[in-house]
Amino acid sequence: MGAAVRAARRRSVRPRLAPWLFIAPWLLGFAVFTAWPVLYSGYLSLTDYDVVNDPNFVGFDNYVRMFEDPKVGLALWNTFVYTVVQVPLYVLVSLALALLLNRAGRGAGWFRTAFLLPKMTPPVAVGVLVLLLLNGQQGALNEFLGWFGIDGPNWTTDSAWVKPGLILMSLWTVGSSVLILLAALRAVPEELYDAAVIDGASGWYRTTRITVPMISPALFFVVVVNTIGAFQTFTEAYTAYFGAGNSTYGNDAALFYVIYLFQQGFEFFHMGYASAMAWLLFLVVAVITAVQLVVSRRLVHYEGDR
Amino acid sequence: MTRTLLPSAVLAVSLAAGCAQGIADRDGADVHFDADSPVAGALNVMGFAAQDEIGQTRLDAAGEAMPDVDVSLVEGELDVQQFMSAVSTGEPPDLIYANRDQIGTFASRGAIMPLDDCLDGEGIDIGLFREPAVAQVSFGDSVYGVPEFNQVQITMANADLLAEAGLDVADVNGSDWEAVTAANRELHHTEDDGLSVIGFDSKLPEFLPLWAKANGADLLSADGRTAHLDDPAVIEALEFAVAIYEEQGGFGAVKALRDSADFFGSGNQFASGSLGAMPFEQWYVNILNDVSPDAPLAFDTFRDRRGEPLAFASGSAWAIPEGSANPQAACRFLKTMTATDTWLAAAQARADARAEEGKPFTGLLTCNVEADAQIRDRFVDETTDSVWAEAVTATYTANAHTFSLPANPADAEFEAAWQDAVNRVLNGEAAPAEALREAQTVAQEALDTAWAQWAQR
Repeated sequence: MGAAVRAARRRSVRPRLAPWLFIAPWLLGFAVFTAWPVLYSGYLSLTDYDVVNDPNFVGFDNYVRMFEDPKVGLALWNTFVYTVVQVPLYVLVSLALALLLNRAGRGAGWFRTAFLLPKMTPPVAVGVLVLLLLNGQQGALNEFLGWFGIDGPNWTTDSAWVKPGLILMSLWTVGSSVLILLAALRAVPEELYDAAVIDGASGWYRTTRITVPMISPALFFVVVVNTIGAFQTFTEAYTAYFGAGNSTYGNDAALFYVIYLFQQGFEFFHMGYASAMAWLLFLVVAVITAVQLVVSRRLVHYEGDR
Repeated sequence: MTRTLLPSAVLAVSLAAGCAQGIADRDGADVHFDADSPVAGALNVMGFAAQDEIGQTRLDAAGEAMPDVDVSLVEGELDVQQFMSAVSTGEPPDLIYANRDQIGTFASRGAIMPLDDCLDGEGIDIGLFREPAVAQVSFGDSVYGVPEFNQVQITMANADLLAEAGLDVADVNGSDWEAVTAANRELHHTEDDGLSVIGFDSKLPEFLPLWAKANGADLLSADGRTAHLDDPAVIEALEFAVAIYEEQGGFGAVKALRDSADFFGSGNQFASGSLGAMPFEQWYVNILNDVSPDAPLAFDTFRDRRGEPLAFASGSAWAIPEGSANPQAACRFLKTMTATDTWLAAAQARADARAEEGKPFTGLLTCNVEADAQIRDRFVDETTDSVWAEAVTATYTANAHTFSLPANPADAEFEAAWQDAVNRVLNGEAAPAEALREAQTVAQEALDTAWAQWAQR
């Protein structure tokens, strides 16, 4: 009888254990490479730490200092403005291209590849490209504007045009979002359009009343992911204005939050302060994502929802 | 008794025999440096690459001096984050090759060891090295790096544009700021689609220390503790250098034209006639000679307002990380790399390579005063009637009139403070006086904090 009970127990434990065993490698990696560094950065944010010497506990000094540091406010503002303009534009361009691609016939495959190719370009190279394409004197963008009689600005040095220039360049990598939206578009049932056509709905009406609601989960995903990405924007702006492209020239208009965080952590070796900045960013992104989730309940339509 | 007596006896004998020896404390253990002791084992060098005949010849010399040492190079520019992380994990490289302006940061955090004992033990005469360079690698009362290479600025100009405007290189060498302003006005040219010729490029933001020194001011006190960014002479220097750009339509216009040039190619600013004059580092002479040997060039030293040659020195340095597994080999290696004979061999290799290409040897600034003099004497021909000879003469003159910013524990923050200030002025966000006053506050706060933290360690 005892053996039978043990066998029964083994049978009941195995199904419960198996999933954990399957995800154990990932859990281990997550614990070591993500959870532990995140928790440790929380501790470091309460210390003065220069990488070489032992962390010195300073309580909440780093957090207090952040509120007194005008550059933190400037970097947050720059990042906020960039996000508010870049994300909607990025999503709109992605959607427009996905809609066009959805209608493309034989060339669709080629265009899908073409849209994705820029995503393969290293961001550092894009940063250098920014300086070339947006050069106020001989840049391609101003050359293009010149065809229409428009005297383009100094995109890379005029503080008012630095962020617009970077936003334009960020559209270079819409390819992945285009593919996500295209996949969603392909999943919209054709009969919905057929019914709308029979009812005499215009193309614009079909797009706004059928297409957009039906792909709203994908749109929401693209918005959330790109919002987080925009708050973490770094490489292109750093390369163009603070790194290899310009070792000494910089522009405060391009001082995004993560760039300032990087400077504090890896150029000035204020790891404690940089950690505190990272936690503030986490908090900001978490709040914004939460707001997006709340708003999404009204705007995002999931199949199967009542 | 034997244990205590033997080392004492060896030390006494060594001292009596005049043998050079040094003893450094490393993690509680003494490290002995002795020029007569053989070195062996592995030597991991971070930040150095033997990319040309100068590097390779010296690396070969180091190999010959240390046949039992297996040297491995982590090539490319020193990755500061990688290095600091390696130190913190207790597995640093044995030797690093850094920019001299990084030494203060490393030394103040205990990432590199003082080299006093290494210098004593190996018999390296630090007095042979250029003083401004040694100041850059000295922190507290110790020397933390052995400097090599010197980058200096000279005046470079387009002779044709100068002649067309009835000017001479003396008008743009910085000795007379009114003359520079007037020359800039004459030389720059604007067309319908914007600036087409930069008259004079004052090379901001990077050359603010040069313009300030030319006006009699240092950005930082000699002890590295007090910022002087709001010194009236610094403000005046910035106002002058920025006005040069304003005259040409603003920094944006100048930078756009500057960035659109093929800087390292045959379409460079001098060859294409799109730049009148600028102060710039001497290494660019070789580039110009390589890619546009027939460009109409004129050279002179950069000069302060009293007419004296002046240059802001920068360059590299060897330093031994705290916790290096083989400091003796590291010290021997840096000694060999910076020795006069090694530099002479490297200069010979460079001169031969240039002769093979039919190009002039434009000199080599080693930071070693003795090596510089001998190389100039043996390999450099300044007697030919050529602009390149003028460039070489200007370079060597500048090399003898350098200054530097002293090492300090807030190197990076101090530099960021004054560069941010200049950039804000260039971007039209602040006036020079306002920007430099704010930078003074930021820089002094960073210096005070960093020095206080260093004192606590």
